[in-house]
Parts: sequence; structure tokens; C-alpha cells
Amino acid sequence: MTIIKMPTPLRLYTDGQTEINVQGNTVGEALKDLMSQHNELEQHLYNDDGQLRAFVNIFVDGDDVRHLNGVDTQITPNSILRIVPSVAGGF
Amino acid sequence: MILNISKNIYQQISNHLIDAYPNEGAGFLLGYTKNHNRTVRMILALVNEWETKEQTNRYKISAKAYMNAEDVAEQKGLDLIGVFHSHPDSPANPSEYDREFALPWWSYLIISINNNKVDHAKCWVLDDDRNQFIEEIFNIK
Repeated sequence: MTIIKMPTPLRLYTDGQTEINVQGNTVGEALKDLMSQHNELEQHLYNDDGQLRAFVNIFVDGDDVRHLNGVDTQITPNSILRIVPSVAGGF
Repeated sequence: MILNISKNIYQQISNHLIDAYPNEGAGFLLGYTKNHNRTVRMILALVNEWETKEQTNRYKISAKAYMNAEDVAEQKGLDLIGVFHSHPDSPANPSEYDREFALPWWSYLIISINNNKVDHAKCWVLDDDRNQFIEEIFNIK
């Protein structure tokens, strides 16, 4: 099983769990499995167009998937995924 | 939820944001939550990583800084409980841009800095459906 590490504010929707075991051969499949286990996460990770929100970064074994193949990046059961928010704001 | 901040930590936050003025400054709030009270035990004052020419009305904390902050919190036995940032010469009300990038559960402390001085501060939390910020009570003790 692949592990996804959750950022602190989203642990509200994983019953406080910091790591979730998921299945899938790609990042997208792993995220889909995460959503199926904790469906309230979806509105915070995806926008209305079904795309990952701009502030959501996914790292696989320390590498940002935007520099790999995005959600099509291949993973293995030993991969460690980390959801990392970009924190931004202003007026 | 009520956010509790000591005078000393609030001064640290203010100093960082005044140093950043007229640009926006930002950082993380680390602490713990018990029942409906959230207590700040330390802060991580961070560099604004937004491109320089727009730092007067934008701030950004990188993914790398975020990961480091979570690691620090874990080492200290604390949680990342929120973010603070300044609105230079502007009210401490969250903007649409703030909402777009906001995460649930966190406390968002916004401090208005006018002419190098703290003018006022407000604290906010995003509601569950992401539609709006709700003002959160905060105490400086």
C-alpha cells in the first residue's frame, strides 16, 4: 500500500490520521482512492472543474509531481506521497 | 474556536510584520488545540516568497517552507494551527484571494499595518464549504 501524508489542516477530514494507506498505480489513482475513503477532502483538493486546486502540491518521494508527469506520475506500493499546500494570500 | 496569544508572541508577530512593511509579511502559528481553545506557543516568521514587485499586496510561503514548518511542529510536539500575515495600509479583512488559497480549520490572523505601526488585527477561519471566512475571537494575554 502507498502512503499519503496529510497536511495538518486537512486531518480534520481524516479522523486525525496523519498518514493514509491508498491503492493505485498513479498519483491520480492514489488520490481517487483517498477521496473514496474520505470524501469530504474533495472540495478542498479539487476545484469545480475537477482540477487540483492551485495551492495543492503533491510530492512523490520528495519530488513535486508538476516536475514529473503530474497526476499521471507512476507510483509503487513503496512510494510516499505528501500533500503540501502552497500558502498564499493578500488583498 | 478561540485563539489565545501571549503578549510576547503577539509582539514577535508584530515586529516581523513591521519589518516587512510596506510589503506583506507572513509566518506560521504553532501550538495546540484543546476543546474550543487554540493556544499559540511559538511562531515561524518567514520570508515572503512572492515576486518582489507585488509583495505590497501578496504573500507566498513555499511548499518547502511548509514542509519544514510541519517538521518543526512535530519535533516540538505542537501542531501547525494557523497562519499570520499583514495587510499593509489596508484593513485586516480577508480578500477573495485569501479565501481562494485558504485551508479549513486553520486560524488566519491578519494584522493591518499603517505607517510602520500595528493599526488593528482580526482573526478568521474558513467555513467548511469554503464560501466565506468567519471571524474568530482571539485574546492577547
